[in-house]
Amino acid sequence: MTQHDQFADDLALYALNSLEGEDRAKLEAHLESCPECRRELEQLRGDGALLAVSTTGPRPPARSRQRLLDAIAHDATQPSHAQKAARTAPARSWGWLGWTVAAAAMILAGVLWKANSVLRQSLNTVSAMRESDARELKDLFRILAPIRSPRAQRVTLSPVKTPAQPQGRVFYLRNASQLVFIANNLAALPPQKAYELWLIPMSGNPIPAGVFKPDAHGSATVVNPPMPPNMEAKAFAITIENEAGASTPTMPIVMMGAGE
Amino acid sequence: MSSDLAAVTAVKAGDQSAMAQLYDRYSSIVYAIALRVLGDTGAAEDILQEVFLQLWRNPSAFDSARGTLAAWLAVITRNRAIDALRKRKPETDIEDVIISVAPDLASDADRTRVAAKIRGVLSSMSPPQRRALEMAYFEGLSHSEIADKTGEPLGTIKTRIRAGLLALRKAFQQ
Repeated sequence: MTQHDQFADDLALYALNSLEGEDRAKLEAHLESCPECRRELEQLRGDGALLAVSTTGPRPPARSRQRLLDAIAHDATQPSHAQKAARTAPARSWGWLGWTVAAAAMILAGVLWKANSVLRQSLNTVSAMRESDARELKDLFRILAPIRSPRAQRVTLSPVKTPAQPQGRVFYLRNASQLVFIANNLAALPPQKAYELWLIPMSGNPIPAGVFKPDAHGSATVVNPPMPPNMEAKAFAITIENEAGASTPTMPIVMMGAGE
Repeated sequence: MSSDLAAVTAVKAGDQSAMAQLYDRYSSIVYAIALRVLGDTGAAEDILQEVFLQLWRNPSAFDSARGTLAAWLAVITRNRAIDALRKRKPETDIEDVIISVAPDLASDADRTRVAAKIRGVLSSMSPPQRRALEMAYFEGLSHSEIADKTGEPLGTIKTRIRAGLLALRKAFQQ
């Protein structure tokens, strides 16, 4: 029996959200490293979709259509959903605040990127979209300000009596090719050197994912570096390169992490 | 470019009439799935609104390279309806719903043809297998809950559900 066979039945249950407990945890761990099972999962979800589309029943009430159209007309005059979420995100703790803000910022960045892409295609909406983009950009930079500002107080919590260690965190949305990287406690670099982030794909060579230098506090951010679309990441790594960056990593790897 | 993709592209640009077109095309199937799961017209109507509002607010979550809009909406509707049925917060982000589905579902005629074929496959299954599949899909029960209700071993339930899904797939590979 191969490892895939071992998970075959569980994969079908997982596709229907019917797998739970230890079996679910084991399968999710396996999926992280098995593209074949991820493809089969997509297929099984498609098989389930067939079951859904076979459903028949009465048409929805006529009022539902107007209710939706009223809602989207109202929505169109409001700040985007992502903006509202970002504005209302609670500051539950210092430890989560950075990640929450970063995630909200990434969503906003995605909204902006999408909006700009559409803008180029639609002359009719140029004016309105520009105004919207300007508002969203303003909001984005306001939200990112605590991360970007050298004057911001930075607090990293770590076990007592343990020296603060370099750490980095990547937020990566493969489908949208969006990436936010936040690091702190990084060591200072020699002159004319910089850190470079690499996406390690499931197969093939590492892909550059942004060159950055830490500030005086050892903190750094990378937001949406230019990257090929839809790259599946096995891991991310950091090397030290010349300031201009490199197309292949120079050993040694100074930091590395796989998906959670 | 398919008419679905053209409409979704227009929705991305904020075109409300494109959203109305998509509603006219797919509201019946979304409502039917929600009603099948929830058995309550008011609750089904709420899911209908929620699903289309999500599409309006985040049309980029739909990746046309990874499945048809009809199948994507069907899966999202089913997941949201199950969450509502079980009174839990949404468990799956719509951007994480990636599906691969073979038959074309873009037109009413396509969907009618596919639905008839699926019903044929379901009717050819043994009653316990069909029941296990429907309990998992439309009632959102876990495999252990299904085993408790049917009195059958967990392994049997797992095998039945997988075999049922594969039978549906096979019907469109011939």
